[in-house]
Amino acid sequence: MDRDPGQQHPIGLYLKVWGLLFVLSFFSYMVDYHEVQGHLRWILVVTFMLLKAGLIVAVFMHLRWERLALIAAITLPPLAVVVLAVLMAVEGDYTAAIRDAFFATPAP
Amino acid sequence: MTNPTSQTQSPPASATPGWNEVVADWAADRRVFQVSWRKSMMWIFLLSDTFVFGCFLTGYMMVRIATTEPWPNVSEVFALTMFGQSIPLILIAIMTFVLITSSGTMAMAVNYAYRRDRVRCAALMLATAALGASFVGMQAFEWTKLIEDGVRPWGNPMGAAQFGASFFLITGFHGLHVSAGVIYLVIVARRVLAGRYERRGDYEIVEIAGLYWHFVDLVWVFIFAFFYLW
Repeated sequence: MDRDPGQQHPIGLYLKVWGLLFVLSFFSYMVDYHEVQGHLRWILVVTFMLLKAGLIVAVFMHLRWERLALIAAITLPPLAVVVLAVLMAVEGDYTAAIRDAFFATPAP
Repeated sequence: MTNPTSQTQSPPASATPGWNEVVADWAADRRVFQVSWRKSMMWIFLLSDTFVFGCFLTGYMMVRIATTEPWPNVSEVFALTMFGQSIPLILIAIMTFVLITSSGTMAMAVNYAYRRDRVRCAALMLATAALGASFVGMQAFEWTKLIEDGVRPWGNPMGAAQFGASFFLITGFHGLHVSAGVIYLVIVARRVLAGRYERRGDYEIVEIAGLYWHFVDLVWVFIFAFFYLW
């Protein structure tokens, strides 16, 4: 009756990833706590976010051990969301500029 | 449907790794994903959920960029006074650590499930569910605090009205996912204890429940970065 043995990996690997996630979350929190601002804040926040997301998907969700057909089917479509986000960022800037030009109340 | 033993076909011997393998998998007149239908269905569901949360976060980004009013200082809004001093964003940090801890216990539960250690597996799943429930509890506390501070989906005393709309929509939808996950985990843990998967000789359901749970944690990673740390 036994079939697919399933995803079996050493427990030590999970513990290491778990520890890394803790450290990365702590770093993200420290970015806010020490009020890092500007481009550096963005670079740090997004880097820690992507590292955490990558670790969760690759190891905890076992995606790195799946076949490439499944990996591609899951990781490529969300790129459409990235395209949407870029377009909306441009559009948002435009809307803000228009609102500034027409709706802003003059300083007293 | 065919009997369960034929659900996973063995991959063709001729398959070469890399993109040639992808082309071979899609081009042949046979099943594309060499995993059980349960796992591929969960992945497809999670992919669709990715789009839902992706669109929520994109919409939030758009209204935040486009508003001419100042956005409330998130670091201060979510600060808590502990030990006589105000610590920025501390509740959100604790919630993040609780959710990561629950992801770790879930990964271990999957591991013990495949080792056929029913009691440990169920205990770790119930621990995961308990951590998830405490996350929802903290979120309820956070919502109560913000509502008392006058934050509404249509406005708030601190700045841009879009803050409340984005906050309640995004964290509410995520909290709903966590709550559903807690119920899901408790049901599966009960079945693990009752020996249902032992009789079937197949613990993949635990791994699939784990996929859902890790996804909930994954979404929080993005919400934490974009909503709370922006």
